[in-house]
Amino acid sequence: MPWNLDSDRPIFIQIIEKIQMDIISGLYRPGDKLPSVRELAQEASVNPNTMQKALSELERTGLVYSQRTSGRYITEDTTMIDNLKSQLAKELITEFLDNMHKLGIPQEETMSLINEIMKGDDTDDSDRM
Amino acid sequence: MTLIECRDLTKKYGSHTALSNINIQICRGHIIGLLGPNGSGKTTLIKLITGLLSPSAGAVYVNEEPVGVKSKNLISYLPDHTYLDKHMRVRDVMDFFEDFYQDFDSMRAYDMLNKLDINPNHKLKTLSKGNQEKVQLILVMSRRASLYILDEPIAGVDPAARDYILNTILSNYDENASILISTHLISDIENILDEVIFIQNGAIHTHASVDDLRLKDHKSIDTIFREVFKC
Repeated sequence: MPWNLDSDRPIFIQIIEKIQMDIISGLYRPGDKLPSVRELAQEASVNPNTMQKALSELERTGLVYSQRTSGRYITEDTTMIDNLKSQLAKELITEFLDNMHKLGIPQEETMSLINEIMKGDDTDDSDRM
Repeated sequence: MTLIECRDLTKKYGSHTALSNINIQICRGHIIGLLGPNGSGKTTLIKLITGLLSPSAGAVYVNEEPVGVKSKNLISYLPDHTYLDKHMRVRDVMDFFEDFYQDFDSMRAYDMLNKLDINPNHKLKTLSKGNQEKVQLILVMSRRASLYILDEPIAGVDPAARDYILNTILSNYDENASILISTHLISDIENILDEVIFIQNGAIHTHASVDDLRLKDHKSIDTIFREVFKC
């Protein structure tokens, strides 16, 4: 199954984001071995050179490290992964608030809407049970 | 690491200049899209690189030697028109290639035929247009060449087989080989390209890395192409 990549943004950046997401979500655990460049490239249906570029970039940030002969591994530094996770969460929330702002909804109203929807979800759950 | 170099390459057909003063270098291990509108000179450039045409001026070097007998051994070329005898069976064409090219890997070819459900005992003329194209592409991609030149390789092939073919191209080519693909189906192939060459009225308009172009313009190569060559 090819990865879902857009054509209007650099492919290597989207690969980096996808692998970051897989690490944060726990699909790859700290210390896990990554598949080879070739395998990943085939899975994503991208050029191996592009995959190589993305992995080198991940290595540069320290999220992935390579062992000379045996391949690439996910970092065992869980603080780094947690930091990345909260950074990403903050980005998503900022983006969401920006969009609410564009709709002309003040922050207090946004907050109460969030509460309302979260409560709504609770009642839905109890209905189902 | 330069595989192909064109130096001041010019081709004239009578008084008409098809290509003028082309200077490009293509490295090993890259997949390059050769893109341009109809009549822009794509096929002329390909035929000069393969040695099927002689330049009016300038020269092409493959592996640092002028195009010639040696370079033909290095290049596996899929022309935009078929040249096979359609009365032949698929199996016979395979044997033909095996005899012709030392680097032909028939195991690989039969494996691909099998995956694409093409019966080697059928005659080419009994196959659909799309399946004939697949056979030709299989033949070309089953050579262990240094350079694959594919002129409109997927035009008549259905989208599912297109995916399979692109994946086959990706999984089979080795890091020292390059692939030059000329096509109008940009959105189908742009995610596997390293570089693009835009060619316009016989001159190079752009030669750049695809991700650099996307980063610069925030657009897909397909969209950039449509803007550059807007009629």
